[in-house]
Parts: sequence; C-alpha cells; structure tokens
Amino acid sequence: MNFVIAGYQLAPVLPELVLAVGAMALLMLGAFRGQGTTSTVTSLAVVLLIVVGALVYMQPAGKQVTFGGSFIVDDFARFMKILALIGSAVTLVLSTEFLSDPSRRIFEYAILVLLSTLGMMVLISAGDLISLYLGLELMSLALYVVAASNRDNAKSTEAGLKYFVLGALSSGMLLYGASLVYGFTGTVSFTGIAAAATVSNVGLVFGLVFLLVGLCFKVSAVPFHMWTPDVYEGAPTPVTAFFASAPKVAALAVFTRVTLTAFPGIVSQWQQILVFVSIASMALGSFAAIGQTNIKRLMAYSSIGHMGFALVGLASGTVEGAQGVLMYIVIYVAMTLGSFAIILAMKRNGQAVEQITDFAGLSRTNPLLAFMFAMLLFSLAGIPPLAGFFAKWYVFVAAIKANLFTLAVIGVLTSVVGAYYYLAIVKTMYFDEPAGQVDPVRIEVRTVLAVAGLFNLLFALFAGPVVSVASAAAKSLF
Amino acid sequence: MTTWPILSVTTFLPLVGALIVYLSRGDDEAAKRNSRWIALWTTLITFAVSVILVMRFDPANPDFQFVEKANWLATGITYHMGVDGISLPLVILTTAVMPFCIIASWKAITNRVREYMMAFLILETLMIGTFSALDLVLFYLFFEGGLIPMFLIIGVWGGPRRVYASFKFFLYTLLGSVLMLLAIMALYWNGGTTDIPTLMHTAVPRGLQTWAWLAFFASFAVKMPMWPVHTWLPDAHVEAPTAGSVVLAAILLKMGGYGFLRFSLPMFPLASHDFAPLVFTLSAIAIIYTSLVALMQEDMKKLIAYSSVAHMGFVTMGIFAGTMQGVAGGVFQMISHGIVSGALFLCVGVVYDRLHTREIAAYGGLVNRMPLYALTFMVFTMANVGLPGTSGFVGEFMTLLGTFKVSIPTAFFASFGVILSAAYALWLYRKVVFGALVKPSLANMKDLTFRECLTLFPMIALTILFGVYPKPVLDMSAASVQQLVNNYNSAVTAVKAAALLQ
Repeated sequence: MNFVIAGYQLAPVLPELVLAVGAMALLMLGAFRGQGTTSTVTSLAVVLLIVVGALVYMQPAGKQVTFGGSFIVDDFARFMKILALIGSAVTLVLSTEFLSDPSRRIFEYAILVLLSTLGMMVLISAGDLISLYLGLELMSLALYVVAASNRDNAKSTEAGLKYFVLGALSSGMLLYGASLVYGFTGTVSFTGIAAAATVSNVGLVFGLVFLLVGLCFKVSAVPFHMWTPDVYEGAPTPVTAFFASAPKVAALAVFTRVTLTAFPGIVSQWQQILVFVSIASMALGSFAAIGQTNIKRLMAYSSIGHMGFALVGLASGTVEGAQGVLMYIVIYVAMTLGSFAIILAMKRNGQAVEQITDFAGLSRTNPLLAFMFAMLLFSLAGIPPLAGFFAKWYVFVAAIKANLFTLAVIGVLTSVVGAYYYLAIVKTMYFDEPAGQVDPVRIEVRTVLAVAGLFNLLFALFAGPVVSVASAAAKSLF
Repeated sequence: MTTWPILSVTTFLPLVGALIVYLSRGDDEAAKRNSRWIALWTTLITFAVSVILVMRFDPANPDFQFVEKANWLATGITYHMGVDGISLPLVILTTAVMPFCIIASWKAITNRVREYMMAFLILETLMIGTFSALDLVLFYLFFEGGLIPMFLIIGVWGGPRRVYASFKFFLYTLLGSVLMLLAIMALYWNGGTTDIPTLMHTAVPRGLQTWAWLAFFASFAVKMPMWPVHTWLPDAHVEAPTAGSVVLAAILLKMGGYGFLRFSLPMFPLASHDFAPLVFTLSAIAIIYTSLVALMQEDMKKLIAYSSVAHMGFVTMGIFAGTMQGVAGGVFQMISHGIVSGALFLCVGVVYDRLHTREIAAYGGLVNRMPLYALTFMVFTMANVGLPGTSGFVGEFMTLLGTFKVSIPTAFFASFGVILSAAYALWLYRKVVFGALVKPSLANMKDLTFRECLTLFPMIALTILFGVYPKPVLDMSAASVQQLVNNYNSAVTAVKAAALLQ
C-alpha cells in the first residue's frame, strides 16, 4: 500500500480515513432512510469500529510519521487507539437498549460516537499542537451533543450544556497555552518544542500550565473535575459509560505524549504540577465518594480518583511511568465498562434504578451479577489478585523508582480510604436484606459483563503478555 | 524426583473444589448437602496431598524444596513456589485445620451454604499460597487476596455487629499492607527482582532496611496482631462464625509471624537488630496487658481472642530474639497455638450452637451435663495456660529461653504472662464448666455429638503428642531455622565488627 497525496504518505492515516468515510456513509444512510434505520446504523457503526481496529492492529510496527510530523503512528498510538476503539464499540453495544425506545430512535447517536472516536484517534496520534487541538475539538463537540442526547430529560440537557460551557472554557485555556508555547519556542511540533524547551523560562512555563489545565479538564483531574459528577449523573447511562472509557483513554494518551515528548527538558516544571494534581484527585476521589447515594455519581468520583492514580505514573516522567499509565488505562477501561454494564443491568419493572440502596441483597436475587460487581469493586479498590491491583502496582512502582515517595505513600493511603466506599457497596449487596427482584439481564449487557468480568478475575493469568505490549508501547515514546 | 508440580496442586486444589461447588446448582437441601460433602472431600484430598509433601520433604536441607518456577510478569517477577522447614509446618497446619472447619460448619451454617463453602475453599488456596510463594508479588497476591473471602465470611455469616467487624478487619489489614506494598516496590528496584531467595542474598542499604522494615512491620504487626494494633481481632473473632474464628486464629494470624521470619529477619537483619528492643517492648506489653484485658471479658470468644494476642506476643518475642531456641520456639508456638486456639474456638462453638450465646455468665456447671465436653475443654484450657505435657508449654518455654539469652528484662516480664494466662483460662473454665448447674436453660444441654468429637479428639491427640514429643515439628524446621539464625547473626556481627574497626 503506497498512497501519496501532495507528497504525504496516507498509509499511516488509513484507519482514520476509513472511519471518517464510513461515518459519512452511515450519516447518508440515516439521513436518507430516516430514524427507522437507527438499529442498522448502530450495528454497522460497531462493525466499522471493529474494522478500523483491525486496520490499526495490522499497521506495521515501529514509528511512522506523516503530514510533516503532525501525525504520528507508533506502538503507543496503536495501543491507545485500539483501546479507545474497544471502549467506543462496547459502549455502542451497550446503548442498543437505550436507542430501542421509540422516543429515542436517533441514528445520529452512533454517528456522533463515531466522529468523537475519530477525534480521539487524531488526538492520540497528534504530533503537534494543531492536530492536538483539531482532535480534541472533534472529540469534545461530538461528546457535548451525545451528553444531551436524551432530549426530553432536563438533567440530560443540563449535563450537555454544563459540559459544553466548561469544556469550551478549558479549550480556550488550552488554546491560550498552545499560543504561548508557540510564542516562546517558535514551533508547534512536539519535537521542535522539545528541542527548544531545554531550559525553563517564565513564558514557556505559563504556556505549559495552561496546556496542562486544558488536559486536566479532559481527564477530569482535580481541580478541574467539577463537571464530572453532574455530567455522569445527568447523561443517559450508556453515554456515561462512554464518557468514562474511550475519551479518558484519548485524553490520557495525549497528556502522556505532550508531557513526555514535548516537554522532556523541563520535567521538574510539570512534575510538581502533576504530583499536586494526582494527590488532589486521589484524595477527592476517595473522600467525596463516601457520601454519595447515586451509583453513577459515585462512579464519577471513582473515575476522578482513578485518573489521579493514572497520573501518578505520568508524574514519574519515566518509561516505567508511561508503562504504568498504559497498564492503568487498559485495566481501568475494562473495570469501568464492566461496572457500567452492571449499572445498566440494574432494572426493576423496566425502570433503571441508580441508587446504591437499590443494590441491597443483590447477592440473593441475582448472585452472579452481585458476584461480578463485587469482584469489580474489589478490583477498583486495588485488591489482589484482581486486575485493579496490577494497575496500581505499575503506577506506584514507577513512582517509587522516581523517588516520589510522598506521592506514593499518600496514594496508597487514599486507596485505603477509597476501599471503604467500594466495600460499602459490597456490604449493601451481600449483607443487607434484598430490596426486590431485578429484571432479567439483556444478552448484550450480559456478554459485555462476562468479558469484562473474566478479564478482571483472570487478569493475573495473562498479565505477562499485556505487560510486554505495554512496555513496548511505552518505549516507543522515548 | 517429582515430575508433577505437587506444591501448586496442593495450593490450587481447593480452588478447583470451589469451582465444583459452584457448578453444583440448586438451593434445596440436597444441593446444600452436596456442597458440604464436596468441600469436605476437597479439604481432605488437599490434606492427603500435603502429607505427600511431608513424606518427600528432606529435613536436612535448609533450602527451598519442591521449587516451581514459571514466567509470569516480565522483568524479574515470576511464578515461583517452594517451601522450606519454616513454611512447610504452616502449610500442613492449614491443610489439617480446614477439614475441621468444614465439619464444624456442617450444622451451624444453614443459609447460603454453597457460597460459604466456596469462600472457605478459596480462602484455603490463598492461605496455602501465602506460605509457599517465593516471589514477593505472588506473596502479596495471596496475602491480600485472603481479605476478600474473610470479609464476606464475617459479613455474611457473622453475628449482630458483623458489618462493623468486617469493615474494621478489612480496612485495618489493608492499611498495614499497602505500606508493605511500597516497600516491596523499593526492594524490587534495589534488587531488580521480587524473587525471595534472590533478595535474601541481596544486600539492602542501611537506610532502605530501616524504612522497608517499618513498612513490613506495619503489615505484619497488624496481621499478627501486636499491641497496640490488635483491636480489630476481638471484634472479628466475636462476630465471625465459629469456623471463621478458627481459621482466623489458627492460620491467618500466623501470616504475620511467617512474614517476620521470611522477610524481616533474612532481608533486613540490621534493621531487625535495631528494632528488636521495640518488638520486645511491644511483645511484653502485649503479653501482660492483653492478659489483664482477657481477665475482664464477659464474652468467651473475646477472652480467647485476647489470649491469642498474648500468645502471639511470645512468638514475636522469640523471633526477634534471633537465637536458635527463640526462633524455633516461635515456629513451634505458632503451630501449637494454631491447634489449641482453633480447638478452643471449636469448643466455644459447641456450646454456642446449643444456647446461642457466648456470655460466660450464661453458663456454669456444664460438667454435670457434659462430661466429655468438660474433659475436652480442660485439655485445651491447660494447653492454653502452657501446662507441661501440652504443646503450649513447649512453645512458651522455648521462646522464653531464647529471649532470656538476649534480653533478661523482656523474658522476666513475659513470664508474668504464663501466670496471668493461668488466671484467665482457669477462671473461664471454672465459670463455664464447674459449679452447680442451676440455670434452667442449661438443663437440656447435650454432650458432644459424634461430629463434634470428630473435630475435637484429633486435636487433643495432637496437643498432647506435641507436648510430650515435639520432635517432628522441631526437626522439620531445625535446618531452615539454623540457617536463618546463622545468616542473621553473621550479618549483625559483621556490622558490629565494622563499627569497631572505625
């Protein structure tokens, strides 16, 4: 394959091209055939995501660069893209029930998810500040609309609007930071910035800080997390599952790439910011979740905390740290998708239930569901031998190597605090009296749950290969 | 010699049993009976396999035997299993106690039997794994993984304050362990591996030794438990179902002592030497203070729980004495306490199943109705006191002897524990068993059933056997303990000599 347009290689962007063209084709299909095609469009979108994933997988190993360095395909990008694609595809599968309601037959939903995924892929491969912003905006704009996709619901609309206003603000900050960085280094490409930013000067650091603010907003790290609980609670549950998985992958990927490839010369400058942000996120994620009564809101705080843990790896600024981030995000996506599959499965008389008290006695009414959820919760708390332990192991082992002892100690202590509220849900399911029967679980939710649950339970068995892939991907950044 | 991975088979057999229990569907009486029998057979077969381990074990060899190694995580973290003379007795203790736990739960547990048996079988795998893992990450996996089934056992099948007790148990232990996890990471970067035998021969810088020792101590002291971090234990014991208390007292507490022997002493000898006075002080306080607290208890299980803390004080004291007698005595005391305290909890379970109260005041004069029970209970009470001729004496005597060589004040204060333990144990025995049987609720108490005899009599036999003839356990551990003590002392002397030269 050797496509060249205007002197630029197109092979590296082939998956993105396929995704873009496919999304347009599906848009045409929906637009000309009407809302009756919702389920067809959704299914085809899942197929499209799988095809794109296969294309990404088949790309040759090693680093390829095109569009003059704006677009980078390396092992790291391929790893993160496949993960983001899995996240998008799974959440689309989980959305089928939501979309089957006659009042919500909106084929645009799948198209928006596809476009948002396209944005993520561009974001993950971004090699300069322009493509970074391009990908980020494509991803975010689609997400704003998706958040409000339950049009008749005030909370959903509020979630979309809130997300949009705060998101736009953060984009502005990011853009401002990018312009400062450009002003003080004279280039937008990450390699160029890295070459210029060997010594810190105030202007550059200002730019860096604004850039990081924008990125922190996207990964919902404290103190830029305020939107997360409201959006998670207000958005329809499949959308929340989507927010919690794929966009987090992309945002964390670009966070890692920007800090490690554009600013490796001034590690000490961004390291202290990241240490603060991750401590604050871990602490807030642990303490604020204790008082929650709504499971989706709780998951929002949980995800804030988990992003804090992932940033522990990044804060160490080493290849081990990057590997830790990769391991963390893989396991985090699996745990999150599994947890949301369970939240989607919780229905009584056709009505979704979201209060934690609704889980009471689940171990008697639906033992398997309760067991899977309990294991996911223990895993989120980082208890071995479940997957979540390995996630924590790899980020903290990097922090220890980088001598960030205070960060590591505070991190593990907050994880104990976090364990409390996960245990509280296990307690509700296992120790309390049943709150009534739950409806039979739909087949697609069950499948997702089975895969995520087994991944979580048996991760220790196949951790070796995952570690080697993550290690190779992390090395490609350096 | 062996072609099949016997140690892994022992470890994972209970897990297979748990899977079989899971596959046996249904919730009726037949299904309950099935899961009980499957669990019993699994634990018995596991015990049988572990007996093969003993027969093939070479006690003269101080190094790890039945070693298995396989690739697991990349770079220095492997699946590495093996046992030596220190861990093998504990493995056997685990496999031996589990069938008794299953039998003790036969009638006592009637709801969610399937889940109960699965939790116990999974717990057994994790406990055996803890004692036979030779990789720090693998060890941590088993060590911490045990929290999940135990949390559920206390919380689902426990007493009225089970929620509080299970949370306290879980969070307390987790808090101690996460600090150890960080120390494991630091050791990983220091030695480039988490392989335990390799790390035992890797020099650890003095500063790191101190911090790592403290971190490991945080975890093991909570698990042990040592004063003042013992407060989770009485709650957990009181609320747990009988078999849960047995496992807790007989095996889970031993993980702390095992950790000191496996990690603290061999890997951080200098820090262990530096901190030995601290451990001595805490042990002596534990022995005297918790014995006094035990005197004040109104709940039988709580009394035995506090006496466990006191007896574990002897173990820590003996281990950190760093002498042959002290360490060997510590190992022996762990085994002996495993049998005796487990049996005492079974004894409490016997009367609890009949009267559904553990208040000491609710009993009295049981000897009139239950002579067999009175006899059984007496043997274990005497063993708990440390009467010569029972296994309890051997362990206490050896640890005191070992400590005497190193720190006379510690041995002096610890010996008060022997007197105090006689006070509370005999007081308990008198209140419950002797006196006139006046309480109408006790008039219909039945003596031990065949099933209860089946659990208690083998333990009587072991208690007296090891009291009169402790050689089997001591021989099994002698070579490994000797090597441990030699390495520890040579490391400490080397530093002292270096300090003198300067």
